[in-house]
Amino acid sequence: MDTIWNYRWLLLQGLGVTVQVTVLAGLLALALGIATGLARRGPPLIAWPVHIYVEVFRGTSALVQLFVLFFVLPGMGLRLDPMTCGVVGLGLCYGAYCSEVVRGALNNFPRAQREAAVALNLTGTQTLTRVVLPQALLVMLPQLGNLMVELLKASSLVSLITLADLTFQARSIMRLTLHTVEAMSVLLVAYFVLAQLISFGARALEARLGGAWRGRTEER
Amino acid sequence: MSATATDAPAVRFAAACKSFGDTRVLDRFDLDIPRGEKTVIIGPSGSGKSTLLRILMTLEGIESGRVEICGETLTDRFDGVERAPRGRGRLRKIRGHVGMVFQQFNLFPHMSALENVACGPRLSLRRSRVEAEAEAEALLRRVGLGDKLGSYPLQLSGGQQQRVAIARAMALRPEVMLFDEVTSALDPELIGEVLAVMRELASETSLTMLVVTHQMGVARALADRVCFLENGRLVEQGPPEQVLDAPENPRTREFLHALNLA
Amino acid sequence: MEFSFAFALEILPKLLRGAVVTIEATLVGFLLAILVGAGLTALRRGTPRLVSGVTRWVMEFLRSTPLLVKAYFLYFALPDFGLTMAPFVAGVVALGLHHGAFASEIMRAGLDSVPRSQREAAIALNLPEGAWRTRILIPQAARPVLPGFGNLFISMLKDTPVLYSISLAEMMFVANEIGSLQFRYNEAYIVVALIYLVFSLLGAVGVRLLERRMTLPGSRP
Repeated sequence: MDTIWNYRWLLLQGLGVTVQVTVLAGLLALALGIATGLARRGPPLIAWPVHIYVEVFRGTSALVQLFVLFFVLPGMGLRLDPMTCGVVGLGLCYGAYCSEVVRGALNNFPRAQREAAVALNLTGTQTLTRVVLPQALLVMLPQLGNLMVELLKASSLVSLITLADLTFQARSIMRLTLHTVEAMSVLLVAYFVLAQLISFGARALEARLGGAWRGRTEER
Repeated sequence: MSATATDAPAVRFAAACKSFGDTRVLDRFDLDIPRGEKTVIIGPSGSGKSTLLRILMTLEGIESGRVEICGETLTDRFDGVERAPRGRGRLRKIRGHVGMVFQQFNLFPHMSALENVACGPRLSLRRSRVEAEAEAEALLRRVGLGDKLGSYPLQLSGGQQQRVAIARAMALRPEVMLFDEVTSALDPELIGEVLAVMRELASETSLTMLVVTHQMGVARALADRVCFLENGRLVEQGPPEQVLDAPENPRTREFLHALNLA
Repeated sequence: MEFSFAFALEILPKLLRGAVVTIEATLVGFLLAILVGAGLTALRRGTPRLVSGVTRWVMEFLRSTPLLVKAYFLYFALPDFGLTMAPFVAGVVALGLHHGAFASEIMRAGLDSVPRSQREAAIALNLPEGAWRTRILIPQAARPVLPGFGNLFISMLKDTPVLYSISLAEMMFVANEIGSLQFRYNEAYIVVALIYLVFSLLGAVGVRLLERRMTLPGSRP
């Protein structure tokens, strides 16, 4: 364990990269997910291309997408640095999953609430921003929290496109010191703790936002 | 054994106590129901009516007191010590005396009407498929569903589902039938068809029926005896014309009055 | 961009051989995941609090660590304990453990979807314990579970390329090999992506059929 402690700065640097990739890709995925999730309820000319985006990025593996961005795009004259590649690749991929969560929540939104909004003569935008989204977001939160944990795990794949994240550094330490078990155990525990932090954050946010009217949103 | 079994009442509660949290649902409760009697239990919600039936079906236990079914002791608890013999075999033997129909039908949604009715005899009594299904078909005809043998529960109306559920319970030939608010989940125009089936069953003299309801029409149509239950106690009992039309106890009067206003 | 159809066609057979390994690994991993999931589900239901509590944390751990790291651990670290596994074995065990937690979650949701009242009806009909399980509980729990398993299989299929990193010779491994030998990455990776897309679309159709078969007669979709 002492050997690993000697390399703690390397691991911390890796942790920084992992957090950076996860947070940036997560924000991109959320933005894409909400935009495309809403767009799929729009006119067919918008909804169809979005549908294709979702199916393609959910249908191909995250690692394959990263490799295409990293190895194939430079041939097309678009050279992205590994960090951009990782953030954009994971963001696009998890944006597609996110999109499905948003769509599901909007589709399952109780019709009675929309009817009530019509009865109050609210405009379409008002209905969306004041009635639908506040309730739907709360329904989505646990699923989005899970997606962020998935994204954290998938961020380990960026180590395979030369980005020096936590997994990358742990592997280097493993090669340098041959303390394989220790290096890998530290790595497993680090991801476990990070994932718990994300889950905890999502639950806390849900409790804070949901608080008083939670009982109502869980009604089906 | 068999001698006591035939002399004994169909159902006996003796000093039965049961509570949910702070709420007493049975408070040193005594009740004997002779064989073949049709008893209707009425009372405000939360008065422990349904719990009575659920105890008899072994879906709930009691804290103290004794419960007997057809002369066999289901439970006999005193100071937290169970004196009745335990064991799965015994429990299943006692359950064999009793059938139950639920408020929400509780049919098995993945089985057709025929399979629902035949599954008890086939799986509990180990009858052959042919025999069980022939009997099930006869029972479904008897409840007026001879043309719905292959229909699945979700394809049937509430009234039809409840009639299947009655046939399903009868298929095991119980001595005691429990009806737990069986018409409460039905639209008013469907109550009649279920009530008709229950009246027809009531003509079987040997069958003991225990009916919990809050619909006085049901009580009048079926009861030999009406029991008014409140706060886990038997407040008043007697023939329907007495309890329902000329109640002696002020609590009963108040309850019936409130029902009439509704 | 240079994309040569001729070259793509030339490497297709090699990639398809890799795809066979992908499917083999997914299938074996899937069966392991179901075994692991069934074990976890059994340990979580009706066991002493300590057992179910520990199981819950084991599941949480399996769910919150990356497949890549699990594969590394099994392939690189376990030999230190004298347990050396071939890439295929390490890979499918990693897949099975990783997705076992998800399988368990699917099974639990299925079992929870059968209302308590069904159990009460079974008691009222005096059904033996075995009949309750095999005739009432499991057939009804299977309805949501089977499509869930279909989705699990698809996501496992999409996770197998990770195992190239422990030198399992599946599709991604073959594509890398072609890329590094010929210095042409475009065709190999794009063809792999397309093959995955075809797999996923076929899988989605399969799941939809499964869902349709599983709906109860008389229920509205």
